[in-house]
Amino acid sequence: MGLLEAIIISVIAASTPLLLAAAGELVVERSGVLNLGTEGMMIMGAACGFAGCWLTGSTFIGALCGIAAGCALSLVFAALTLGLAVNQVAAGLALTILGVGLSGLIGAGFVGEKITPAPHLYLPVLTGLPFIGKILFGQDGFVYFSVALVIGIWWFLYRTRAGLVLRAVGDSHTSAHALGYPVLKIRLLAVLFGGGCAGLGGAFLPLAYTPFFIPGMTAGRGWIALALVVFSSWMPGRLAAGAYLFGAVTIMQLHAQAFGLGIPSQLMTALPYLATVIVLVLISRARGSAGSVAPASLGIVFVPDR
Amino acid sequence: MKKLMMTAAVAALTIVSTGFSASAADKLKIGFIYLGPVGDLGWTYMHELGRQMMVKELGDKVETTYLENVSEGPDSERSIEQLARTGHQLIFTTSFGYMDPTLKVAKKYPKIKFEHATGFKRADNMGTYSGKFHEGRYIQGVIAGKMSKTGTLGYIASFPIPEVIAGINATILGAQTTNPNIKLKVIWVNTWFDPGKEADAAKALADQGVDVIMQHTDSPAAMQVAAQRGIMAFGQDSDMIKFGPKTQLTAIVNNWGPYYTRAAKAALDGTWKAEDTWDGLKEKMVLMAAYTNMPDDVKALAEKTEAEIIAGTLNPFKCPVLGQDGKPVECKGGANLDNGQILGMNFYVKGVDDKIPGK
Repeated sequence: MGLLEAIIISVIAASTPLLLAAAGELVVERSGVLNLGTEGMMIMGAACGFAGCWLTGSTFIGALCGIAAGCALSLVFAALTLGLAVNQVAAGLALTILGVGLSGLIGAGFVGEKITPAPHLYLPVLTGLPFIGKILFGQDGFVYFSVALVIGIWWFLYRTRAGLVLRAVGDSHTSAHALGYPVLKIRLLAVLFGGGCAGLGGAFLPLAYTPFFIPGMTAGRGWIALALVVFSSWMPGRLAAGAYLFGAVTIMQLHAQAFGLGIPSQLMTALPYLATVIVLVLISRARGSAGSVAPASLGIVFVPDR
Repeated sequence: MKKLMMTAAVAALTIVSTGFSASAADKLKIGFIYLGPVGDLGWTYMHELGRQMMVKELGDKVETTYLENVSEGPDSERSIEQLARTGHQLIFTTSFGYMDPTLKVAKKYPKIKFEHATGFKRADNMGTYSGKFHEGRYIQGVIAGKMSKTGTLGYIASFPIPEVIAGINATILGAQTTNPNIKLKVIWVNTWFDPGKEADAAKALADQGVDVIMQHTDSPAAMQVAAQRGIMAFGQDSDMIKFGPKTQLTAIVNNWGPYYTRAAKAALDGTWKAEDTWDGLKEKMVLMAAYTNMPDDVKALAEKTEAEIIAGTLNPFKCPVLGQDGKPVECKGGANLDNGQILGMNFYVKGVDDKIPGK
């Protein structure tokens, strides 16, 4: 296996959890809800995903458990912000704190246990192709799903009526409400979807990336996912570009260090953040007015009048 | 509702363990500040085992509390002060980055005894303790020099502090005794604990031809990557053989229990003094896990090296120690570098192919 091929495979693995979580959050924010609890939902997904896989021996069931855990936690968030009209920022932060603590409790019994990592696709001829074989046809299910997810979200947002309604709710909940759309119901579905995606992104870590569970193993990836959504200016294509760019620079800086290039490692560690922010800001500027801006109702609590 | 939820969340985050009995009048209250979660299987986990060993030894004479996931730096001051204010008379702060905050709180509470791990700043009521982990690293180097077929070792480093740099130096000095042309690639991940990133660093090293990986980070992620790639690795902090039954050569095991028991006993007797404790293989603060997955001659060599270090006939930093430029480093300890030079080490020795970050 060539070095470049190995690097690309590492990059895809490093980017996938970010992409999964960020894609879900993008839909949530497009519906006008700001859920800062991504980190909490991811780590819950990691704990429950690992537990599910360890108990059943199936990566698929583990992934479903991760999705369910993310959904369950996001339901708490929905009950607070949609049901009780609580401030979304405060509720989201509380969700992260809750998730980190609760996942440690749930996962405590599984620390030190081992599972079989997620199986990788194997197609007789295709996977054996030089260079592109393993990259295109030798990944695990999470990777293919994350790509399909982003394409699906793009199609949903821009090519379906339901997606148009969701964007309308995010841009002006009062207008959407006046037109008779069930704003809170739509937002509830979006929040649940985002929770499921974050849970799956978290579950990817113990099921495929590093096949064991340790409390706090998401190590801030939920926050990076949140930042990616903002810098992608809420557009799925840019989100994918941002996630892969972040993953690429993260892996490249490790390789650069191993080559002994002599660049200060503190700068190298900051590089993924810098590069991603700069590139996405430049894309947004170049597109000018065509670039999407924040959903106008983002983070604003909606209480339907009677 | 929101308030209630926040309270629940904070309670869930700060898991506080206390003794069983409610009356604590004549008990010594001891507090611990932990860097990671107690289940990290690495650095924090070993301190937690040490605490448990102490509680087992001293029973109801002590009552302990720990705060986990406390970030290093100025932020930790609040947590240390929280323990100081809640009646803890002996407080262990268990990571290098708590040094200045611990000193600050120690000055504010002169009657409380503080013990800071791996630091170099002390006060009348603040002692330090650390393990001579570089002794274990030297043995790992000796083994790695023999075991590496590519002649290139990989080192996943956390932060450029003296302890980590001394570990890198001891490794290469050990490796040079068995393979004079050994190469060492260093990757700084700038974190103590991020399993994903540790795994990525291990993959990058493996992709670049490294066939023995050592780490100064806390999770078993690198061990697992090495197992997947069919190369060798050393465990860190605790015995990680479970994550690499065919991969782990040995591991440095941090054994804090005896020290915690000793310090708590001294505090109970009133004989506690702020001291600088630095124990190694001989005092069993540093232990080596079983030597596995290596030929008998390498195993014998490793055991011999360990015995010599324990006997004091071998010192990893025996003079002359050559700096990166090939010139001998000033030898303050006579035959060996003195403790101050090792504890404050900020230079690489000859053979390390890296630049210390920020230098």
